[in-house]
Amino acid sequence: MAERVFRVFRGTRERGELVDYRVEASEGMVVLDALHSIQARQAPDLAVRWNCKAGKCGSCSAEVNGSPRLTCMTRVDDFPANEPITVTPMQAFPVIKDLVTDVSWNYEVARRIPPFRARSPDFPDGSWRIYPYEVERAQEFRKCIECFLCQDVCHVLRTHGKHAEFMGPAFLVRAAAYETHPLDVEERSSYLKDEGGIGYCNITKCCTEVCPESIQITDNAIIPLKERVVTRHYDPLLKLVRRIARH
Amino acid sequence: MQASATLLQERRLGETLRRDRWWAAPLSVALGLALFGGYATWAIFQGTNYFADPYLSPFYSPCLSSSCPGEVRLLGFDWWRFSPAVLIMWVILGFRGTCYYYRKAYYRAYFIDPPACAVGEHRGHRYQGETAFPLILQNSHRYFILPSLIILGFLWYDTLRAFLFSDGFGIGVGTLILLVNVVLLSGYAFGCHSLRHLAGGGVDCFSCARFGGARYRLWRGVSFLNRKHALWAWVSLIVVCLTDLYVRLVASGVVSDPRIL
Ligand code: SF4
Ligand code: SF4
Ligand code: FES
Ligand code: FES
Repeated sequence: MAERVFRVFRGTRERGELVDYRVEASEGMVVLDALHSIQARQAPDLAVRWNCKAGKCGSCSAEVNGSPRLTCMTRVDDFPANEPITVTPMQAFPVIKDLVTDVSWNYEVARRIPPFRARSPDFPDGSWRIYPYEVERAQEFRKCIECFLCQDVCHVLRTHGKHAEFMGPAFLVRAAAYETHPLDVEERSSYLKDEGGIGYCNITKCCTEVCPESIQITDNAIIPLKERVVTRHYDPLLKLVRRIARH
Repeated sequence: MQASATLLQERRLGETLRRDRWWAAPLSVALGLALFGGYATWAIFQGTNYFADPYLSPFYSPCLSSSCPGEVRLLGFDWWRFSPAVLIMWVILGFRGTCYYYRKAYYRAYFIDPPACAVGEHRGHRYQGETAFPLILQNSHRYFILPSLIILGFLWYDTLRAFLFSDGFGIGVGTLILLVNVVLLSGYAFGCHSLRHLAGGGVDCFSCARFGGARYRLWRGVSFLNRKHALWAWVSLIVVCLTDLYVRLVASGVVSDPRIL
C-alpha cells in the first residue's frame, strides 16, 4: 500500500512544531494506527492518549486536518492520498505534550452541576414507578463518552476562551440527562443561566457536527434547556402568572 | 514547519487547518437568505398584484386595509396608506428572525460567529452570545408562535378558497401551488423548537403530569417535524416566495393560470 505523510504536532504548551513522518498505510488503517506506527518505529517519545480503539472510551480525541475527531475512528483513506494528514492536539485545552491535552477543567465543570435529585418514593418500599417511554429522552444523553470534542470545537471556548463563564455543550448534555429524567426534581435553570452561561451558546451547532455518538446536542439538549431557562427567567407573562399564583 | 501550541490556534478570521471547502455552506446561506429575504421584502412593499381571483398571495393574508380587494378584505383599516402586507409582516419577520434555525444560519453566514466549525473568527473576550442586549431578545421567540399560527389558519382558509372559481369548484395550477405552500409552512411552524417545549418538552414526568399522555403524543409529533426543521425552513421560504411570484405573474397578466379541473 501507499506511503502517507503525517504532519504531527510535537511539543509542549510553550513551544512546538509540526513534524512530518512517513507511514506505510495499510488497508482500513485509522489515524491512531498511524500514530502508533510512528511511536513504534520513528518517535518512541510521541505522546498520544488512547485506550479502547473502538470509539467508546473518548480518550483519543485530537484534530485531524483541523477538525476535532476521535483518531481511532478516522480512516486514513478518507483523505486525499497525495496530501499530508495533519494531526494536532485539541485547541480548547492546554497542551501537556504532543497530542495530549489537559482536560481536567471539564471534570471541575462536571462537579459543579446540581446533581440528580429524585422525588420522594412512590411506594412504601422506597421504589418508584416510571415508564420506558418516559426515560427514552434522557437515554440519548447517556450515550456521551466524554471525548470533549464538542467542548473543543465550541467557539465559545475554543475562540472566545469563556471557560470561566460557560460550561460547554458536553455538560449541557449532562444537565439535560438529569433535567429530562422523569424522577428528577432539582431546579437547574438558575444554575444553567448564571454559572452555566447557557446564553453564551449561539446554537451554531458545531458541537452536534463533531459528536462521535451522534447526540443531537443542540436540538435535543441545549435548545430544550434554553427554553426551560426562558420559562423560568425571561418570559414576562409566565413571571406574572407565577406572581399572581403565589398570592 | 515551526508552530507553537498556541500558535496553532486560529487567530485571524478564516484561519484554519481545515482543507475542505468550509466556506461553501456559509456562502450559500448568505446568498440564499439575501435572495429570498430580498424578494420577500420587495414583494411585501409592492402593495399591488397580490390577488388574482381566487388566489391571494401568502404575504398579504389576512388582508386588513381598506385598499384590499373586496373578496379578501378582512378588516378595512382606512388609516393605513401603505401595502397591506406591511401590517402583518412583523409576525413573519419576528417568527423567522428569532427561529432557532435561522439564528444559526445568520450567526454563521452574516455575523461570522463562527463562519464554520474550527475556523477562525474575530477573537476576544467581548463575545456575549445571547446573554446580553440585543440578542437576549431572541428569547421572545415563543411569543411569535400564536400570531404565526393565526396567520397560518388564514392561509389554510385561502387555500380552500383557491378551489372556488367564479364557475364553481375547480383546481388550477395556482390552487396546487397554494396547497403545497401551506403544507410546507405548516411543517415548518409545527416543528418549532419553542412549540416543542410548550407541547411537552418542559415536562419531566409525563405519567405524573396533568394531560401527560396527550402532551407526550403532542411532543412526539412536534419532535418528528422538528428533526428536519432546517429543511422545512428553507423549502417553505423558497416556496412562499415562488407562490407570491406566481400570483403576481397571474395578477399582472404575464401568465394565465391553467385550469386542471
Ligand atoms: S451550538 Fe452552542 S454549545 Fe454547541 S458549539 Fe455552538 S455555541 Fe457551542
Ligand atoms: S456530547 Fe458527544 S462530543 Fe460531547 S463529549 Fe459527549 S460524546 Fe463527546
Ligand atoms: S481510543 Fe477509545 S475512543 Fe478512541
Ligand atoms: S424554532 Fe424555528 S420556528 Fe421556532
